[in-house]
Order: sequence, then structure tokens, then C-alpha cells
Amino acid sequence: MEILFYIASIVAVVSTIMVITRLNAVHALLYLVVSLLAVALIFFIIGAPFIAVLEVIIYAGAIMVLFLFVVMMLNLGKIAVEQERRWLSPGIWIGPAILSLILLLELIFMFAHSSQAIQATMISPKEVGVTLFGPYLLGVELAAMLLLASIVGAYHLSKRKKKAKHRFMEETAE
Amino acid sequence: MNPIVQNLLIVFGVLFGALTMAAGLIWIERRMLGLWQDRYGPNRVGPFGIFQVIADMIKIFFKEDWIPPFADRTIFTVAPAIVVATVLLGFAIVPVAPNVFVVDFNIGILFFLATSSIGVYSLVLGGWSSNNKYSLLGALRGTAQMISYEVFMGLSLMGVVMMTGSFSLHSIVEAQQGMWFVVPQIVGFVIFIIAALAETHRLPFDIPEAESELIAGYHSEYSGMKFGMFFVGEYLGITLISALTVTLFLGGWLGPSFLPPFAWFSLKTLVVILFIVLLRAALPRPRYDQLLSYGWKVLLPLSLLNILVTGAVILATG
Repeated sequence: MEILFYIASIVAVVSTIMVITRLNAVHALLYLVVSLLAVALIFFIIGAPFIAVLEVIIYAGAIMVLFLFVVMMLNLGKIAVEQERRWLSPGIWIGPAILSLILLLELIFMFAHSSQAIQATMISPKEVGVTLFGPYLLGVELAAMLLLASIVGAYHLSKRKKKAKHRFMEETAE
Repeated sequence: MNPIVQNLLIVFGVLFGALTMAAGLIWIERRMLGLWQDRYGPNRVGPFGIFQVIADMIKIFFKEDWIPPFADRTIFTVAPAIVVATVLLGFAIVPVAPNVFVVDFNIGILFFLATSSIGVYSLVLGGWSSNNKYSLLGALRGTAQMISYEVFMGLSLMGVVMMTGSFSLHSIVEAQQGMWFVVPQIVGFVIFIIAALAETHRLPFDIPEAESELIAGYHSEYSGMKFGMFFVGEYLGITLISALTVTLFLGGWLGPSFLPPFAWFSLKTLVVILFIVLLRAALPRPRYDQLLSYGWKVLLPLSLLNILVTGAVILATG
């Protein structure tokens, strides 16, 4: 099991690096999908199959597809790739690289002091449901309200007045 | 028998069965369409024209496999493989008989939904990488259609899950000992069939392809074996949704004992497949916006209502 975990982690890290360095937006998104799938596999290995599958359905299967949908319609061509290349010049890397290095060192420091092995405790879908509708009920309700509001908002924004088909009616119907 | 050998046998058996069915469907579909449309269909090669499949396969293998110079080569090549791979992954959770299944997840149904939502990429990437406006239009339509109908497909199955109390397909079939779920879950059954047809973008919902408007939609630029992969993916998809319909609503391998469980499962799956072919022969294609508004305005409220009523009944009867 441990070796599977490390393989999945390496895939996740490498594909995330690829997401950042790709110049073509669609290629970057595809690497992000691979990264999400790898993270889902990690969830599965550490005993949370329900979350793993939801990660694939919602993140990799729905949200990323919508991202791709939008990027496809933008028709990004050679100009966008050139722009990305200019933005990814070596000088820009220095700041984020130093900051990430500090975080990485902290992470290694923390892991070095806690010598716990990966513990796979299976959590069944039922337990997830019981927890969600038990102690975390308030959070679920709040998220539901937020989502409802955003659905209504999105519907309102995309609603357009019907245009009258008749050429004489066009001004009055607006 | 050695358990590893047995598992391998089951895995390759299911794989072989699924692929054979997908190939055989080419012939079955053309013959049945011929029958229902009052003409012959392929009847020259071999008895009843059954070797037409082999002739078609030889033909498609020797076609020129052309990648247009304006396409995104890598993605263009990967796209057809995704649909076949994801659908074949979906077969892993289908229990063919009480002890013949590849894997029995406690998240079985969700696994199927996950593979089918990954399958969307095949269509999107195929359409985008072709760099052709008809392909792109097909891909856009396909994305909207498949993302929307995924929602109803998931929701329509929740009634079954609630009645069983598990996502595992094995226990779902066991729970249908007394009565098949098609009777108490008739609404879920109808929504699932409609949503699954839209999910495999099968006629009458083949709007991403729509030959009369978009040439061939998202696979306009594909030829040779790459086109063949899209084709095989579609037939595998039909087989998979038929097998799942049987497992979830029509009692899976259950049946009177004069036939073995495996035979019952195959027989029911074949009937569902023929029903889907009949739908192709009988129904015209709806308009694109009609399909989407029908989904969100009719199927979504209906499936939510189904969940509500099922939940209330389960709560009332304990």
C-alpha cells in the first residue's frame, strides 16, 4: 500500500508542477485533471473511498470540464501562448520560489518530528453521511443556502429579455 | 482453483464479453434497424450477414489514419482512448452472477458515475483538438448535455440506493429478491434510461454528432481506427448502461432457476439493448435547447420528488 501512496503522490506533485509551467491553457487544465485523479487515489489508499469518488465526480468530472468548456470558447491561440511565455520569465519565479521553499522546509520539519506511519482506517459512505448530518449539520445547511443563492443569482444574470421576432414590434417590446 | 487465476479469468472474461458484445452490436443494430424499417440490412457476408462485423473491422483497420495538420496532435490521439478506457473501467463493478464480478466496491454506483463523468473528456478534447468549428460546436453541445444529464442520472439512482441502504451493486441485486426495483422505482427507472441515453449521446440524443447539422460533430476530423475507437466506445457504452439498468432495476442475475444466473443476466441485458436500438428506430432527434430545458425543468424536479417520496415512504414504514 505504501508504495502505491508514494507513486500517487509523485504523480500529483509532478502534474501540479506541469500545470504551472504549461503555456497552453488546455494542456495545463489536463495536467490539473491528472493531479486531481492522483489526489483521489491517495484518498482511496488512506481509507476514504467516498471522498475519493466524490473528488473524481465533482472536481475532475464536473468543475474541470466547465473550466475546459470556457477555455474552449475563448479560442486562445498563439498570441495567448506568447503572452504566457513572457509572464513566465525566470525573474518572476524568484519570489514565489523562496516563499514555497520556506513552506516546504516547515513541512519537512513537522514530518520529521512526528513519526507516524500512514494509517488506513476505512470510512464507509454511511459514516460520512452520519457525520455530515450530525455534528456538521450547520455547515451543510449554510453551504446549501449559499449554493441556492448562487443558483438563483446565476439564473438571474443569464436571463435575457425575449426579443420580439416582428420587425415593427422590436422597439416596443424591449 | 487458485484465486488469482480465477480473478484473472473473470477480469478477462468480462473484458472479452464486453468487447464481443460491442462488436456484435454493429451487426445486431443494423439488422434490427433493417427489420423495423422494413428493409433487409446487411445479409450478404456469411449466414444472416453475421460476418459483416469482421468485414467492417478489416475495413476500418486498413483505412488511412490521418491527423489533420492543424490539430493538436497529442490530445487528438489521446481523446478516443479515453472513452473506451473509462467505459471498460465501468464494467468492473457490474456483477454478472452471484460470484462472478471483478470488484465489489461499497461505493459501486458512485464509481460508475465517476467513470462516466471522466468519459466526457473524450468528447470535449476530441472536438477541441480537431480545430474545426463543427467539431467545436459538437463538443460544446456534448459538454453541456453530458454535464447536465449526469446530475439527473445520479439523482435517479438515489432511490435505489435508499431502498437498499448501500452503494454496492452486489447488495442492490440481493435486495431485489422479493420485487425488482423497477416496480417501486418506476420514476427513477424512466429517468435513468433517459439520462443514460443522453450520457452515452446515443440516438435520439446524439446532438453532439447530429449528422444533418454538424457533419459528424466532435469526430468530424477523425478517420481510421481513431474513429473506430469512438464507435466502439459508443457501443460499449450502450452495453454498460443496459447491464447497469438490469442490475439496478431489473433484478440482475435473479430469475427462475431453470436457467443459470449468468444466462438470466445476459438475456435481460440483450432485451434492454434491443429496446435502446428500437428507440433509435422510432424517435427523432430533439432540438438542442429543448433537450437541456427538458432536463432541468422536468427531469430534475421529478428526480428530486422521487427521492423525497422514497425517503418519506422508507421513514413511514421503518
